[in-house]
Amino acid sequence: MTTPPTSAVPTPAAASAAASAAGDPAGVDAAAAPSGGGLDLLYTDVEDALRASVRDLLTARCTPDAVVAAYDGDRSLTATLWKALAVDLGLAGLLVPEERGGAGASAREAAVVLEELGRFAAPVPFLTSAVVATTALLASMDDDLLVRLAAGERTAALVVPLSADAAGFRPVVRVQEDGTLHGRVTSVAGAVEADVLVVPVATGGGVALHAVEASAARVDHVVSLDMTRPLADVTLDGVRGELVVGADAGADAVRLALETGAALMASEQLGVAQWCLSATVGYLLERRQFGRVVGGFQAIKHRLADLYVVVESASAAARHAAVTAAEQDPDRTVAASVAQAYCSGAAVRAAEECVQLHGGIGMTWEHPAHLYLKRAKADQITFGTPGRHRALLGELVDLPA
Amino acid sequence: MSESAGQLADLRGRVEALLAAHDPATSDRLDFLRARFDAGLAWVHFPEGLGGLGLPRSLQGYVDELLARAGAPDNDPRRNGIGLGMAAPTILTFGTDEQRRTFLRPLWTGEEVWCQLFSEPGAGSDLAAVGTRAVPDPHDPGTWVVNGQKVWTSSAHKARWAILVARTDPGVPKHAGLTYFVCDMTDPGVDVRPLRQITGEAEFNEVFLSDVRIPDAHRLGAVGEGWRVANATLMNERVAIGGHAAPRESGMAGVVARTWRERPELRTPELHDRLLSLWVEAEVARLTGQRLRQKLAVGEPGPEGSAMKLTFARLAQELSGLELELLGEEGLRYDEWTMTRPDIVEFTGRDAGYRYLRAKGNSIEGGTSEILRNIVAERVLGLPSEPRVDKDIPWKDLPR
Repeated sequence: MTTPPTSAVPTPAAASAAASAAGDPAGVDAAAAPSGGGLDLLYTDVEDALRASVRDLLTARCTPDAVVAAYDGDRSLTATLWKALAVDLGLAGLLVPEERGGAGASAREAAVVLEELGRFAAPVPFLTSAVVATTALLASMDDDLLVRLAAGERTAALVVPLSADAAGFRPVVRVQEDGTLHGRVTSVAGAVEADVLVVPVATGGGVALHAVEASAARVDHVVSLDMTRPLADVTLDGVRGELVVGADAGADAVRLALETGAALMASEQLGVAQWCLSATVGYLLERRQFGRVVGGFQAIKHRLADLYVVVESASAAARHAAVTAAEQDPDRTVAASVAQAYCSGAAVRAAEECVQLHGGIGMTWEHPAHLYLKRAKADQITFGTPGRHRALLGELVDLPA
Repeated sequence: MSESAGQLADLRGRVEALLAAHDPATSDRLDFLRARFDAGLAWVHFPEGLGGLGLPRSLQGYVDELLARAGAPDNDPRRNGIGLGMAAPTILTFGTDEQRRTFLRPLWTGEEVWCQLFSEPGAGSDLAAVGTRAVPDPHDPGTWVVNGQKVWTSSAHKARWAILVARTDPGVPKHAGLTYFVCDMTDPGVDVRPLRQITGEAEFNEVFLSDVRIPDAHRLGAVGEGWRVANATLMNERVAIGGHAAPRESGMAGVVARTWRERPELRTPELHDRLLSLWVEAEVARLTGQRLRQKLAVGEPGPEGSAMKLTFARLAQELSGLELELLGEEGLRYDEWTMTRPDIVEFTGRDAGYRYLRAKGNSIEGGTSEILRNIVAERVLGLPSEPRVDKDIPWKDLPR
């Protein structure tokens, strides 16, 4: 990579143009907006350029052989790849405003990065640190940690179970009168890579967020279904942290962080699904049985056509979730749950079809399909299952049980 | 994207000028619509002089909204869906200047309703196999004589014109021997008979063509090019069916959601999760349509429209089926089996039983879902077609 350090990062002006541009006169004349025109669900030139930078880097460095090594205990890819993405491309600060040391981009751009990370099953803590923990810390009054996260100097993890959803999360860590933290949180993603833990703490006045040095906590690595996003059990046994978000604001900060995580993970799921579809189509255009290309059999074609429809639909759902998050649209909570309720299943279906339609080779360790299956299935449970999001939607859109 | 504040301001000026010259409150409806067409505000993506201004398709919504706000009459597009959605873009693409000038204005205003003479009893999914013959009249050069039978023809009983695919050369393989015409539905050789459907009503027709005369000036595209022209029409149809602009909970999802809200006593946990699954899918389909329209704003309809139509058909069927189960005992009743000839087809109209039955047509009309999957697989994903035994055989020698 010879890309200059900040070339991948959209300027705030470009990002804001991206957010308001496009197929919708509403941006220009909201008073006479056409019905159904809606938010711009396509990609801007800035986003395309960002995607190209990320894809170039991942193509060069994030090969399936290097990724699969994580399952055999070799996690050496993560540190170098994360530094290249976070520092060299400047992606760690995408969601941090310029005046707080970041790139001042938006959820639109972060979503494009996640699509590419999904496409490569990349084992980096972008989602956990640069999206979830960073979003939580945007509520902080003290910018010191945020500035260092944005610069990629530090990596953070929000200490919640990866399966927690925005509406249902309740903290289990307690603070004692002497200010020490006590509690154990299982299945935390990003803690393995993090050097600072952002811990939601239950207090009498609400939920506070404490920043704890990872070295001060016990972080037990867990053998995970998806070792490209490895989990850890975090134990805090009388550790002292620094209060970064007060009890008046912590609950909202965590809720927004988990909602943003859910909204943007849909783009990662889209990337997973797109890789699975194109890898499968590519393989079936080459694989011959019965004297014919297997992709020419109608039974196969119809399955792939249906899968294409699912992937295209997932791209609209993921894009809508990213755009509503970027614009702080009142519909963003609904959009996040719609995206999770749809894209989780879409990615799993694409990965399962990928394995099945590859036949024998699809079941092997040497073929990368399993990396995507494991990522897709773990993502389905992450930030709330599809069933959980459907139940939430029942309340949000007035379709009660 | 392409529109700018300048374009919007210019459009607003044109709308205001139209409204100033033709006050909707006092103008005759048809006069207003004709003036709107002549002002280029009918379909702004059409060329100037043909009801448009050569602007991106996406700007039409802005014009429609401004005019609706001013209380202006619209052209009641539901009454002429085939004309507006299929015939018009085909005439624009393949028609001569004369044909465009003659047909487009009364088509858009709704003065002339159009229908589609494509499918036949022996040529449904295999549309290229149509057997309706068009033969040059030996005694009257410049006139074609057409004989055959068409089916599934909505609006034939109201139509002034039809788009017609007929065989002009049976001696070549099927795709190569077709020609596309505009057929005058008032010709004495046109016999329209209602075709009753599983809903009980006769929304469609059979159309018998006996020595129907069509001037060569009403041919669209070259002789033998009918397949290519028909495909352009069908792509537009799929976009029209699957990709219309819509707010959340429009269509069948909204109907079922309303029943759910109004009838808490009918709810069960099993139906609740199915309803929400389908609600999510319908919302995602809406967003997918919105995204497709944004992609198409400056382009032409492509095979992606086929993907939208697949989803639309499946969801309409599943949602309407769910509603019948939700209604339980009430779902056992049906409003009316008497044969009627509906003026406007509303997929979400009448009662739940009708909606369930009518939705079965959604995966058949405008290309069956099976054919659409082939289109997606071949034209979007680049997968090969099945081996075709009829590809190189002259149409007249095909087994039938």
